[in-house]
Amino acid sequence: MSVAASRDGLLTGALRRIGAVGVFFGAVLLQCVPALARPRLIVHQVYNAGARSLIIIMLCGFFVGMVLGLQGFDLLQRFGSEDALGVAAALGLLKELGPVVTALLFAGRAGTALTSEIGLMRATDQLTAMQMMAVDPMQRIVAPRFIGGVIAMPLLVAIFNMVGLFGAQLVGVQLMDVDAGAFWSQMQGAVQLNDVQEGFIKSVVFGTACSLVAVYEGYHTEPTAAGVGLATTRTVVTSSVLTLLLDYILTAAFL
Amino acid sequence: MTDSNRPTSASAQADDVVVEVKGVHYAVGRREIFAGLDVIARRGRITAIMGPSGTGKTTLLRLITGQTAPTSGELHVWGERVSTLARRDLYALRRRMGMLFQNGALLTDLDVFENVAFPVREHTRLSEPLIRELVLTKLHAVGLRGAARMMPSELSGGMARRVALARAVVMDPELLIYDEPFVGLDPISMGVIVRLIRQMNRVLGITSIVVSHDVRELAAIADDSYLLSQGRCVASGSPEELHRSESEVVRQFLDGVADGPVPFHYPAPDYRDQLLGVGRRAQRGRAA
Repeated sequence: MSVAASRDGLLTGALRRIGAVGVFFGAVLLQCVPALARPRLIVHQVYNAGARSLIIIMLCGFFVGMVLGLQGFDLLQRFGSEDALGVAAALGLLKELGPVVTALLFAGRAGTALTSEIGLMRATDQLTAMQMMAVDPMQRIVAPRFIGGVIAMPLLVAIFNMVGLFGAQLVGVQLMDVDAGAFWSQMQGAVQLNDVQEGFIKSVVFGTACSLVAVYEGYHTEPTAAGVGLATTRTVVTSSVLTLLLDYILTAAFL
Repeated sequence: MTDSNRPTSASAQADDVVVEVKGVHYAVGRREIFAGLDVIARRGRITAIMGPSGTGKTTLLRLITGQTAPTSGELHVWGERVSTLARRDLYALRRRMGMLFQNGALLTDLDVFENVAFPVREHTRLSEPLIRELVLTKLHAVGLRGAARMMPSELSGGMARRVALARAVVMDPELLIYDEPFVGLDPISMGVIVRLIRQMNRVLGITSIVVSHDVRELAAIADDSYLLSQGRCVASGSPEELHRSESEVVRQFLDGVADGPVPFHYPAPDYRDQLLGVGRRAQRGRAA
């Protein structure tokens, strides 16, 4: 009985949480319209979420590209088609690895920063102080950060892909002696606009999901030191799981 | 009752009421915080809300500012029933108020100048030179013009509260609410804050509500005082009247007596029984 009761409790809790996130998402979207009228705040948040994540994104993109080059070369040479390495690396990065790995890194770097920042504002009464000054924190704090995250993600994915391709090319062409002409021309010939679109749509969806989770967790932080820590952890876990779940759904939809 | 601006007739008194708390009940879960609370704050006066820790003083401020709603009873600010106001109306009401938080609640990513300028930038379209003049005037009033470019993390507790006070008055509010303004301050900072509260009230004519348990400081500045205990207002009047009171609750609070109508011990099982584990042994016996 207790197992069934706790299972029901978990289910109810999960449903309540999903509902709360849904309502919060609606409220954020409503506040996005007035927030767009203050582009300076949004640019600042794009800088915070995007530019400050650049180094980790580029570094990881480079290594992911190099690994892709090695693995791709190893696999393709078994079939004597190592010239297709450029296509394999480009499609792998554009459609899958670029958006997914960037989203996971975004959740760990920018997502946690957003949650802890808003959470600390909650814990130190800054959000309440804003409300007392008749300033809506949803419009002034949450919406610009959410929009900033949504804009930053596709830009980060594009940079990740570019650096990743450079890494794959470095390993494939420079180290493994794949023909440079074949590498680039086959890539150019095989990669379609649809592939780029798929990656772009994924990046926007992941950006929306990760930013939403980050601002939601920050805004609903329990106002204690432990509460901020817990909210930050939840941001990483929820964003990562959500990214992979959405990735499966989107991939299935695009195929 | 010697103050010249104290209203003389009943109708004048009614006109002068800024905040009226009438028979308010408020509970968190099963715990009742207020059980029929009555408080009135009048225009241009400093109203002190006193009481031991945990009596719901800060909760009362949250009710007055519409951050939470009473379980029952009525709470009016400038004649408006706060708990029934739509968000837009509530925000319009709050624009006429200023609030000083216990910890200052300064925005940590903005410097002192920008903190004070924050409400001005949000609510007006004043030119930059005008905002600068306004902010520097307010910072000068609290003695921190020289700290305009410091970050909140570089300020002492007293300085942070003075900056928060400058921010609270920058929009020239009609009602200023202070939540424990003296907590954790050294005597000099406390004296400065007491002087500033009095100045804001006397010079600018701002109605003030001060929540605190610092009896001496409040006695120096308050026109009216309310003493809360166990969910009700147990005494009210001028600080002098409260000091003359023979009520046990008032005497315990003002004289700082550890035990009395407000018990020293939080409700607990019998000390001897608990130490000897009588209850636990009996429980184990029943379980066996």
